[in-house]
Amino acid sequence: MHPAYSVILFTTASGAGYGLLALLGLVGFNHGLASSMAFALAAVFIALALITIGLLSSTFHLGHPERAWRALSQWRSSWLSREGVAAVATYVPALGFGLVWSGLADAPRWIGPLGLLTAGLCAVTVYTTAMIYASLKTIRSWHQPLTAPVYMAFGLATGSALMTAIATVFGRFQNFQVIFTIAALLLVALLKFCYWKAVDAAPRTHTMENATGLGRIGQVSQWEVPHTAENYIQKEMGYAVARKHAARLRNLVFVLLALAIVLMLLSLAAPVISFPAAVAALAAAVVERWLFFAEAQHVVTLFYGASTA
Amino acid sequence: MTSLPPPSAKKLGLVIDLDTCVGCQACATSCKEWNTQGYSAPLTDTKPYSADPSGVWLNRIHGYEVTEQGHEQSRIVHFPRSCLHCETPACVTVCPTGASYKRAEDGIVLVNPDTCIGCKLCSWACPYGAREYDESHGVMKKCTLCVDRIYNEHLEPEDRQPACVSACPTGARHFGDLGDENSAVSQLVKAREGYDLLPEMGYKPVNKYLPPRARRDAGTSKLVELPKGDGSAFDKLFSWADRLLSGKAQGARADTIDYSGRLEG
Repeated sequence: MHPAYSVILFTTASGAGYGLLALLGLVGFNHGLASSMAFALAAVFIALALITIGLLSSTFHLGHPERAWRALSQWRSSWLSREGVAAVATYVPALGFGLVWSGLADAPRWIGPLGLLTAGLCAVTVYTTAMIYASLKTIRSWHQPLTAPVYMAFGLATGSALMTAIATVFGRFQNFQVIFTIAALLLVALLKFCYWKAVDAAPRTHTMENATGLGRIGQVSQWEVPHTAENYIQKEMGYAVARKHAARLRNLVFVLLALAIVLMLLSLAAPVISFPAAVAALAAAVVERWLFFAEAQHVVTLFYGASTA
Repeated sequence: MTSLPPPSAKKLGLVIDLDTCVGCQACATSCKEWNTQGYSAPLTDTKPYSADPSGVWLNRIHGYEVTEQGHEQSRIVHFPRSCLHCETPACVTVCPTGASYKRAEDGIVLVNPDTCIGCKLCSWACPYGAREYDESHGVMKKCTLCVDRIYNEHLEPEDRQPACVSACPTGARHFGDLGDENSAVSQLVKAREGYDLLPEMGYKPVNKYLPPRARRDAGTSKLVELPKGDGSAFDKLFSWADRLLSGKAQGARADTIDYSGRLEG
């Protein structure tokens, strides 16, 4: 599948934003009023900014961005629509939570419920994003039980790394944040390892013979293409990263995750190192997301010369 | 609504005969011609006269080479591919806006160009490559089964069928109601063992494909063996003419002619 940069930016930026926002909500639920208004406002602002940048970038890749509001209507059947609804709905408790948790609005008894609701909606939104892909039967490597857990774990880990870095700026660095981030990064690495193992092991059941139905008479190969120049289907669905590059980039994801973990550990000695740690975690998410698209093979490629899918 | 309507009794669709299709592209051309001014209008081409042309087509004709066991020569199967107007299409249910829909009355799958946001997700959900994005209009285009012809009372009754069906010179494309088991198309599917594309995906295509008929016998697919020269006066005459026509260096006997189809010596 063609790795559109707008979609990679959207899923990684909004994933990190929702991860951060969910953790802030849980912190508020657990501890009540934030210890510093500046920290609370900055953290909530950064989370909402990442989410908003992601959502805007996803609408800019539409053919008709001005009609994007229509995407909120078909939540009964469409995961994309559900994601839109969940994303918009999250803003409401998130803004309320930001106001009461920071102390801008004086309503401490609302911090807990709003924090919990915000965290829950963040999880729902990232889950719906993942399900847009995981629900597509046409793409074997996406239609996997681990697709959604990987998306959610990446959101949690990158959000947690960001929270540690932001806390450092406001002198609110705590060892617990580091331990939590490392645990989340390890979870990501484990889930992604299992995901790739499952994708590689799954049998490629579709062939050119059964796609065309011509297997009933013999062995099929492509003889003539249905165009004189590359068409939309090939550009959008036919993108394939070379296998050796894919293997190297998979390793790069694990190297970046390991780097993020090591840097996080070092930040226990010097908190400022949590910055490069957060950058490494985000870089791992971007490379992973690029591969998620570039490695994915669509069933339609069988009609265009691929032997199996 | 992109939730699917209850199954319709009427299931309009195409039956495509892979035995008689000769790959002439008349269906693709007439489809483009009709639909560039019809419901899906316009079907844009970008840079059509430059080195890098591209364009939106609702019907494309592939060619496959099939190697059959017991036959020395493979056979070519021309394979037109367009929307199959599935009974349970994922392209409809994934649509976030309701622009993509399946008609309750006859099962035709359409895109409303006025509400499509151009997210392309429907084209990702389709295993058959039936949907093509129109870059210049920012909306998805697909086969309409010529919904603006088949019910069009301004046309003569015999013209009320999809443009591709009207254009096919070999009668390889048939249009009708596949929900009615007594219809001509349903009878044809039954008689010729018509099949679904990728039935295991579960989208229940309405369009059916009729498989190429079996060859009469293995003898028809043998490589041609040309007779050897017998040394007669005629043979000598032809050899001389062949040498004369071929030039000195390329003198060739008829039995060494390369039948691969290449024209150059």
